[in-house]
Amino acid sequence: MARKLLLTHINVPGINTFDVYRSKGGYASVEKALKTMSPDEIVEEVKKSGLRGRGGAGFPTGMKWSFLAKPEGVARYLVCNADESEPGTFKDRYLMTNIPHLLIEGMIVASFALGAKTSYIYVRGEMMPQIRILERAIAEAKNAGFLGKNILGTGYDLELYVQPGGGAYICGEETALLESLEGKRGNPRIKPPFPAIAGLYGCPTVVNNVESIAAVVPIINEGGEEYAKIGLGRSTGTKLISAGGNVKNPGVYEIDLGLPVEEFLYSDEFCGGIANGKRLKAVVAGGSSVPILPANLFLKTINNEPRLMSYESLSDGGFVSGTMLGSGGFIAYDEDQCIVRNTWNFTRFYHHESCGQCSPCREGTGWMEKVLHRLEHGHGKMSDMDLLVDVSKKIEGNTICPLGDAAAWPVASAIRHFRDEFEWHVTNGAEAVTRNFGLAHYADPLPKKEETVA
Amino acid sequence: MLRVEETQTTVEFSPELIAKFDDIVSRYPAGKQKSALLPILHLVQAEFGWLSSKAMDKVADYLKIQDIEVYEVATFYSMYFMRPLGKYVLEVCRTGPCEIVGAGKIMDYIEQKLGVKEGEVTADGLFSWRGVECLAACGYGPVLQIGPEYTFYENLTNESVDKLIADLKVKGNN
Repeated sequence: MARKLLLTHINVPGINTFDVYRSKGGYASVEKALKTMSPDEIVEEVKKSGLRGRGGAGFPTGMKWSFLAKPEGVARYLVCNADESEPGTFKDRYLMTNIPHLLIEGMIVASFALGAKTSYIYVRGEMMPQIRILERAIAEAKNAGFLGKNILGTGYDLELYVQPGGGAYICGEETALLESLEGKRGNPRIKPPFPAIAGLYGCPTVVNNVESIAAVVPIINEGGEEYAKIGLGRSTGTKLISAGGNVKNPGVYEIDLGLPVEEFLYSDEFCGGIANGKRLKAVVAGGSSVPILPANLFLKTINNEPRLMSYESLSDGGFVSGTMLGSGGFIAYDEDQCIVRNTWNFTRFYHHESCGQCSPCREGTGWMEKVLHRLEHGHGKMSDMDLLVDVSKKIEGNTICPLGDAAAWPVASAIRHFRDEFEWHVTNGAEAVTRNFGLAHYADPLPKKEETVA
Repeated sequence: MLRVEETQTTVEFSPELIAKFDDIVSRYPAGKQKSALLPILHLVQAEFGWLSSKAMDKVADYLKIQDIEVYEVATFYSMYFMRPLGKYVLEVCRTGPCEIVGAGKIMDYIEQKLGVKEGEVTADGLFSWRGVECLAACGYGPVLQIGPEYTFYENLTNESVDKLIADLKVKGNN
């Protein structure tokens, strides 16, 4: 049974209200942090926890906080990145919908640690229901004295606001998010300077994902060292995984990092196996931007070791035979799914969402989409695969922000692992359109769930 | 080039709407009122159904910024409509995870049911539909949302679409 740190009380009726949340021990970390700890001690505790950014990049959160510049007389800001729009990822929506006070509690502790007097939660505009939930929760917390002037009589003042986005995936990139929060197009900024030096309004700013900020609550309550005991190696703590695609039980699960992927995929506690008795063909483990892996490489590394749900194990083998934990957006594909169609669909997404600032991304994503479209519709050429790999290499690493890489990796990995399915689409032309699914020989080599899980 | 249909001759912001603008502007430091642009555009669109150039000019006046600063933002983000659409815009997520659980078929069904193509408006002015990119509800697909509240409808089937459209017709005609 996996332990729960973030979702402990998720099923308690009324946990989205202040009174119920408080009755379950909510806001204890605010009392502990503001009354008994200094800001530096809080940063130190987060460092000890080994918490890595849960938005996808996996950068150590405590280290990120310690980079924050603290010039005299200049405001500092904490901005929560709730612009969740990575295909496959829906954990932040789940958390904000069901237990909004956990995020607000984390925001208060983190803002105090960073010396921020005003903090913002930037929520993607499409999540208007979640924005209303958060605004109501903020009002409740303020009425109870946990926000506003002189919080709990400690002399610390904090105002917390929710900012809606306008519908742009690129605003999940931290500098594009800051541009958007300043009322501009979401064009990423060139780094350096990093936000820790010059962020919102040119002031020192930390941008953290929803889940990272929520994780600060158990870290302060239980201590960084206790948190670091959970997990495996440098992948400490628990992680929210949003499972979708062809799994039997789609949903958001909290796992201990280091859980075997086979257990996550097949046990009834989590995904429950593949829907409709079908076999697994492929998996995207960390949101659409990470490399796709065929079932055999996903379940076991190239050295035939069981793959684990951790930053290190999933990336074992680099981009040749590994992938990334990313945001924890887990998409399983059954044997009937067409990899070519899926790759085209994702590339259309990246083309649509490219901000247009960098030529390789603006032009390259559109070029890849066109080539994949003709392949998927049965009009491709054998040379198209090499062309796609060539274009993806010319995008990767040549853009201001990682959206270019995010667009390139799914294409490069799909061709690397499923090249003969792409070739099948070329040789079978019209049949590829009508049949609309690929070859099944990549399907899970393991027996079905009943025979593998006790 | 900005393409905005000029069908709206006059635009007036009510005192209640201006009060909401003022509340939003108060969230940012002095002189940083441009930060209110995205939230204010959402309010204007909710009020008028879309963003006409006249409405955007008035937003620019209110925020004391150049008109072009409003246009370039409104045209960048996908949630803002630069032309009038139906009273209810059904926005169906068409990205990977929703696609593999049937988003494409749901869009085909909506097109057939409403009798209009993507981006068009039904004769009664009530409905438009369009495919949109990832709505971050991948475990509950296929999904669609309807503004201005952006209410979500999950695990769509032809039957649930039938009911949704029937309910909206009743609501829209009252």
